[in-house]
Amino acid sequence: MRADLIALLPELMLATLAMAVLLAGLASGKARHGLLGAGAVLALAATGVTLWLAAGATDPGAHFFSGMFVLDHFAIFFKALFLLTAALVVLLSHDYLKRNDYRPGEYLALVMFATVGMMTMASGVNLAVIYVGLELMALSTYILAGYFRREVKSHEAAAKYFVLGAMSSGILLYGLSLIYGATGTLDLATLARVLASAKPGPSALVGVALLACGFLFKVAAVPFHVWTPDVYEGAPTPITAFMSVGPKAAAFAMFLRVFIGGLAPLAASWIWLVGVAAALTMIWGNVAALTQDNVKRMLAYSSIAHAGYALVGLVAGGPAGVNSVLFYMLVYTVTNIGAFGFVILLESRGYAGETVADYAGLARRHPAAAFGMLLFMLSLGGIPPTAGFMGKLYLFAAAVNAGYVWLVVVAVLMSAVSLYYYLRIVLQMYLREGDGAEPATLVAAPWTERVIWACGVAVLVIGLLPAPFLAAARAMAGAVGLL
Amino acid sequence: MISTAHVLVLSLALFTLGVVGMAVRRNFITVLMCVELILNAANLNFIAFSRQLGDLTGQVFAVFVITIAAAEAAIGLGIIVALVRLKQTVNLDQVNVMEG
Amino acid sequence: MLDLLWLVPALPLAGALALLAGALRFGKRTTTAIGVGSAGLTLAAVAAILVQYAGMHGETVARHVFNWISAGDVTVDFALRLDPLSAVMLSFVTLVGFVIHVYSIGYMHTEGDRAYARFFAYLNLFMFAMLTLVLGANLVVMFIGWEGVGLCSYLLIGFYFDKEYCAAAGIKAFVVNRIGDFGFLLAIFWAFKVFGTVDFAGMATALAADPGRYAAAVTPIALLLFVGAIGKSAQLPLYVWLPDAMAGPTPVSALIHAATMVTAGVYMVVRCNFIYRLSPTAMLVVAAVGGVTAIFAATIGLAQNDIKKVLAYSTVSQLGYMFLAAGAGAFAGGIFHVFTHAFFKACLFLGAGSVIHACSGEQDMRRMGGLAKKIPVTYWTFMVATLALCGIPPFAGFFSKDEILGRVFAAGAGNLNGFGASYLVLWALGLAAAFLTAFYMFRAVYMTFHGEFRGTPEQWHHVHESPGTMTWPLKILAAGSALVGLLGVGTAITFGTDLNWFESFLHRVAPTVEVEHAPALATEWVLILLSVAVALAGILLARRFYSGAEAFAAPQRMAERAPAVYAAVANKYYVDEAYDRAVVRPLGKLARFSWKGIDTIAIDGTLNASAFFTEIAGDLLRFLQTGNVRNYALFVLCGALAAAAWLLL
Repeated sequence: MRADLIALLPELMLATLAMAVLLAGLASGKARHGLLGAGAVLALAATGVTLWLAAGATDPGAHFFSGMFVLDHFAIFFKALFLLTAALVVLLSHDYLKRNDYRPGEYLALVMFATVGMMTMASGVNLAVIYVGLELMALSTYILAGYFRREVKSHEAAAKYFVLGAMSSGILLYGLSLIYGATGTLDLATLARVLASAKPGPSALVGVALLACGFLFKVAAVPFHVWTPDVYEGAPTPITAFMSVGPKAAAFAMFLRVFIGGLAPLAASWIWLVGVAAALTMIWGNVAALTQDNVKRMLAYSSIAHAGYALVGLVAGGPAGVNSVLFYMLVYTVTNIGAFGFVILLESRGYAGETVADYAGLARRHPAAAFGMLLFMLSLGGIPPTAGFMGKLYLFAAAVNAGYVWLVVVAVLMSAVSLYYYLRIVLQMYLREGDGAEPATLVAAPWTERVIWACGVAVLVIGLLPAPFLAAARAMAGAVGLL
Repeated sequence: MISTAHVLVLSLALFTLGVVGMAVRRNFITVLMCVELILNAANLNFIAFSRQLGDLTGQVFAVFVITIAAAEAAIGLGIIVALVRLKQTVNLDQVNVMEG
Repeated sequence: MLDLLWLVPALPLAGALALLAGALRFGKRTTTAIGVGSAGLTLAAVAAILVQYAGMHGETVARHVFNWISAGDVTVDFALRLDPLSAVMLSFVTLVGFVIHVYSIGYMHTEGDRAYARFFAYLNLFMFAMLTLVLGANLVVMFIGWEGVGLCSYLLIGFYFDKEYCAAAGIKAFVVNRIGDFGFLLAIFWAFKVFGTVDFAGMATALAADPGRYAAAVTPIALLLFVGAIGKSAQLPLYVWLPDAMAGPTPVSALIHAATMVTAGVYMVVRCNFIYRLSPTAMLVVAAVGGVTAIFAATIGLAQNDIKKVLAYSTVSQLGYMFLAAGAGAFAGGIFHVFTHAFFKACLFLGAGSVIHACSGEQDMRRMGGLAKKIPVTYWTFMVATLALCGIPPFAGFFSKDEILGRVFAAGAGNLNGFGASYLVLWALGLAAAFLTAFYMFRAVYMTFHGEFRGTPEQWHHVHESPGTMTWPLKILAAGSALVGLLGVGTAITFGTDLNWFESFLHRVAPTVEVEHAPALATEWVLILLSVAVALAGILLARRFYSGAEAFAAPQRMAERAPAVYAAVANKYYVDEAYDRAVVRPLGKLARFSWKGIDTIAIDGTLNASAFFTEIAGDLLRFLQTGNVRNYALFVLCGALAAAAWLLL
């Protein structure tokens, strides 16, 4: 029991501190942005330290809570990534919340609750635990998407996200119930054993299909991506940044754990489903992004496309495939947070600064920030020497080695297409002059700028010296049994 | 005697009602009810399978799901209230500022 | 010193980073010190390294800098490789690069401080990328450099971003190059899958050990690599970006779009010659694309009036020669032309820059003329480089072009790979292109430097020789254009004595594919005389048409004074007219057809059409994204049904 609690300590601690932040937010009469923000960052940092200690104190191969929960390297990697994401998002939100005059207490607490949910998803080796973590994350993000309740778009994002999210999680749950009925278990290791020993009946296959639908919805893969552009556009931008990396990475963590782990015996059935979804996702996301004029919306389609690339790694499977997805999640997180950070910086009032035209001539007025955005766009497009190139190289190499050359051909072609819209922003910044009476300027947001700098440096460092990061990802994915 | 098959047919009917309802109904409150239909269809499955397998996991999970469904309903209603305040309507077709 | 090989790319990178770190706020003096200084240090480092390397008899030196990607079965080192081939590239890239840095001090001095710093930062960054490309010991490092030079080229073409056409040219270069890079990337993946490594030495060893095992993969890999080369080196059908790239500042045209970056494709093909030589098909494709591009671009060059455009098409044509050489198995010959071309084409571009500078930004040759008197240094250096390009002995281009034509003829006569007839046709195309080259280059010389000035009096008054920072580079490059050819004097010229230092130096890494029956010495001498004669004919024809005095001014005066004499002169005029009808107009039509017909309609059209269809597809997807939640729910529902059906069926 004691070992169980130690393994769960990071989640317990973060949940407790999130409640503390929630109460502190209610208690402080006038919103204390700095204090609450610092508290949230410290709480996340303390959770990180706890995670480190808990990882040291437990056996990575051990199972806790009657085999429902693990703290293996895979889980530790993702938890560290979630904590980093949450901390960056809290920092990004600081200036933004203040400027838009929304209370920070509940907001920060919800980000932290969502993080607890994500961490639970990464550790769960029982479908029930994973589902509970998923719902905690999803429910928190529904509210966060609509946090700017005075904005029509923000509210609309919440409504759409809620309706479609609830529908998808219902479908997922129904799939779970069918799998439970067919195999008599929700435990991933037992599931793998049962599925390997007997040929699954149709109800189990339908269950797997519905489960895949729910997961594909969470990673925003075609055709379950429909919610993404509207929700990303409407949500407060720091939350968009959060949704585009945190919940997506968490969804990939559970996707890997469940499909490469528990459902591995059925790989022959689902691999083509996921492969075709990956190809469609890359094509749809990139082609639809081409004609977008709203930058948040464009980045939403871009994030759909990136989910497609990551799915290529999942299809590749094996240690190299899992490893490449982990590495890609890291790369994608720092790049996308940086890119959204720039959008936040540009949003001077309300929803201004969102159209591509607003970026005209920024390089001349704000050379440093524009250079950062250049890096992020190159990284998203997969151009060396940025991290994005390494991430894609590694994903595609894994897929080629696994024999999915057709998928890599689609991916490389679509990467070439994606450059068109990423470079459109770069061109606007570097080659156009801002016309119109009032060219968009960057608002003073020191913390946002620091986050952008940090992400920019990370993009370059990972791009130039990926070896230690890859080695870390490999060590983390080492136990690829994932069970 | 009610067999597992009977329950499965019922739950499939509820599930179908739920998902199709979500795709065709305009009223946000009805849509929220459809969500409950889907979740409870799954719950029925869990309980039926639990009885058939003689395994308690399904029943325990159903309790978890009921809890989550409650939280989900609360958030859904919150969003509906905000919708009514903003637009004086519960018609989902009017939630369409963003497209393309 | 060889252990410090990493310094070679690191020095210009440090320069670029220093300029960027200064947020481009340095004054001109500091910028010059950093930008040109780092290029100078690079040159010094390369000189020291090459002096040491000279005593090593062409050994391959590999220096592992750091373990770059290592995970699972994928291991790629950031490793640099110095061998005769990279040593040759290194020598002229750093020398020409440094000279052009110096030239830019004068050429860019009218820009503001920020633009000046930005320019040198990009230029240093380019040097870094180019040196990485040259020194890379495996395909991935080479690809990094490859993308890097592409990025710098794109940034520098769009340097004057306030001009719409500059930005458009930048985009065009970028889009077209992506097509090539796509091929290159696929080739890398393919090679990795087949050989298990992308290291040049590793791949060569694997191929040498068991050529039969890789027989099926060699041709597709070679062709995909060549797709990359076509894009980067502006060959048919992807050459369209290079003429437009002339929108960039002239030093950039000289460095990137003439001397160094565009030859990267040739370098890559020669670097991978161990793959190409195993695939007769790929060799013939390379030679054919090169030969056809050489003549095609030369015909377009006839009809251009912008001095930089003439040089741009000339570059495309000369790059065609280099591929023709590589495709005929004369890998060292191709690199030799890369080497000599770097000197004379850089000299020509810088000369053109000096002319443009003198004429206050005018680039149209129809509004120039008679400039030789006012800018003699530019004139003489331009003349030397032109003679080198035309292949007049003893200037550099003569030796390299002669080597290429000789080798292609030998490949034809010796029936290389059983494609003898094809190589003979390509040889004839090459010879015709040599004629056209001489013609359009001397047309440019006459229109620019001879006759009467055709611009405004203010412009004429303003014409002045460029400052020393610009004329000294011209002199250095002109000296190079005159002399570097002596490094590779063909065996025939010396009556069989082997003085071809260049080829024997490269023999270890890029041996020429020898044909069984080499042509006799007498045949080779006939070929040499033929190519010189063809070049002279081109020059004389240009003189007849474009040395202005007799053609335009004299007939008019005589017509007024003496109608009888006028008839005779007019008669001569009719001869010209006949020439015009028989040669120039058809050529002009051909040029216009090649330019307008193929370039504008076929290639731009294809690009536009693909853009159009992607936009349509994008709009269709937008249409599906209705904004209505119920429709979205229907999407999810259909998706779920499809997924369930898929797994069940």
